[in-house]
Amino acid sequence: MAEQENPAELVDLKLRVNGVTRSLRLEPRVSLLDALREHLGLTGTKKGCNQGACGACTVHVNGVRINSCLALAIMHQQDDITTIEGLAQGEALHPMQQAFIDHEGLQCGYCTPGQIMSGVACVREGHAQSDAQTREWMSGNVCRCGCYNGIVEAVRSVREAQG
Amino acid sequence: MRNFAYEAARMPGDAVMAVAQDTGARFIAGGTTLVDLMRVNVEAPSKLVDINGLPLKGITALPGGGVRIGALARMSEVAEHPLVVQGFPAVSQALLASASPQLRNKASIGGNLLQRTRCPYFRDLALPCNKREPGTGCSAIGGENKMQAVLGTSDSCIATYAGDMAVAMVALDAVVRVRGPRGDRTVNLVDLHVVPGDTPQRETVLAPEDLILAVDLPAAPHAARSHYLKVRDRASYEFAVTSAATGLDVQGGRIRAARVALGGVGTKPWRSPEAEALLVGQAPTREAFGAAAQAALRGARGYSQNAFKIPLAQRTLIRALELAAGGPA
Repeated sequence: MAEQENPAELVDLKLRVNGVTRSLRLEPRVSLLDALREHLGLTGTKKGCNQGACGACTVHVNGVRINSCLALAIMHQQDDITTIEGLAQGEALHPMQQAFIDHEGLQCGYCTPGQIMSGVACVREGHAQSDAQTREWMSGNVCRCGCYNGIVEAVRSVREAQG
Repeated sequence: MRNFAYEAARMPGDAVMAVAQDTGARFIAGGTTLVDLMRVNVEAPSKLVDINGLPLKGITALPGGGVRIGALARMSEVAEHPLVVQGFPAVSQALLASASPQLRNKASIGGNLLQRTRCPYFRDLALPCNKREPGTGCSAIGGENKMQAVLGTSDSCIATYAGDMAVAMVALDAVVRVRGPRGDRTVNLVDLHVVPGDTPQRETVLAPEDLILAVDLPAAPHAARSHYLKVRDRASYEFAVTSAATGLDVQGGRIRAARVALGGVGTKPWRSPEAEALLVGQAPTREAFGAAAQAALRGARGYSQNAFKIPLAQRTLIRALELAAGGPA
């Protein structure tokens, strides 16, 4: 949420999110997370700790997962950004989304978009070769409900389905 | 977060001049530390100079088998780069034990060298901290100090250098290439960070406008047989309580070259020439490693909650030396 005191110059910028280029007028201090949620209405990406510790805000930038809370929107104008809203093909869920449902990888669901974005990246990176490796490479995403076993099963099922 | 002006630099010289001309300006690369500290108002730059467009991303072989790592290479790229994995395993291991995959994808090598302490008082504007606000006092010395340093401390500051990668790099003789307003220079990584003394706000020998261009790692047999061991309160995504970077060149049953550095215990990445000198010429035995560990922690000072780090760091170092020697796994 932008602070009101000491307003800075607003800057015109464009962000390419889920394949669509969107125009924005923002202060330089606006994070990529806030730009997505507050200014583009893409509220699937969640704000948890806002300090890079919980992973709820994980998005893909040029195919690579990052914490959007520690990214400044103004610094990502040349990039392809993918959020949880960009994973499904119409009504067809991404396999990782379906796997989280099938394996009960969510309880309250607040961490789920970040977990799914990390899970997709984890498989793509080749870091889901074993459950132990999956746990290590998913450790940047915290679930307070304790759904970790379901999450590991979901990631494993997608990796196995891809061979 | 306070507001700031923003500009994207195109060439290294332009970036250096932009920061040199504005005392409140700071470089930003990955931003994983800087944006975090700006959000809690520990950092409040008047201007951010974005250096991500500079041509400093490459990871290249140096003549003689070394590697040059561009300042803008990301931690994740360096961790899995074949030149690093093969020639400098301790650096790869330290990077993979750092932060989370998301942070490693964003954070740059130059920025990682300069990451700030995780001392909780440094991040809390309501409490005194000599590093954040010189002259106000140190809240950690008589407060929560379990995670603080035992080596290189002063009556002004006991904040730990929190990083892993620099500990491995300092053990392996890394050289930092820097561009300043008056041209280029090199700084041995061991000399980049300074102990707090009575000026804990000054953490390195760099000026704000000094831009890190690259880090060079020279090839050596002890570098190719190096190891980084990190001890922490949980298995992953946590800062070190203690850590050790070791490199050994053992030939004919004798140690020909040894490298020793400690993390989690020092106010800077802590290399121990004393331990290295004791190891050279010895057989790689538990006794020799124990003597080196004693020497590495000589002069350490424990505080109310962290005296346990002294024996823990010694054991961490012994184990890391065994691993570098290819001993009992």
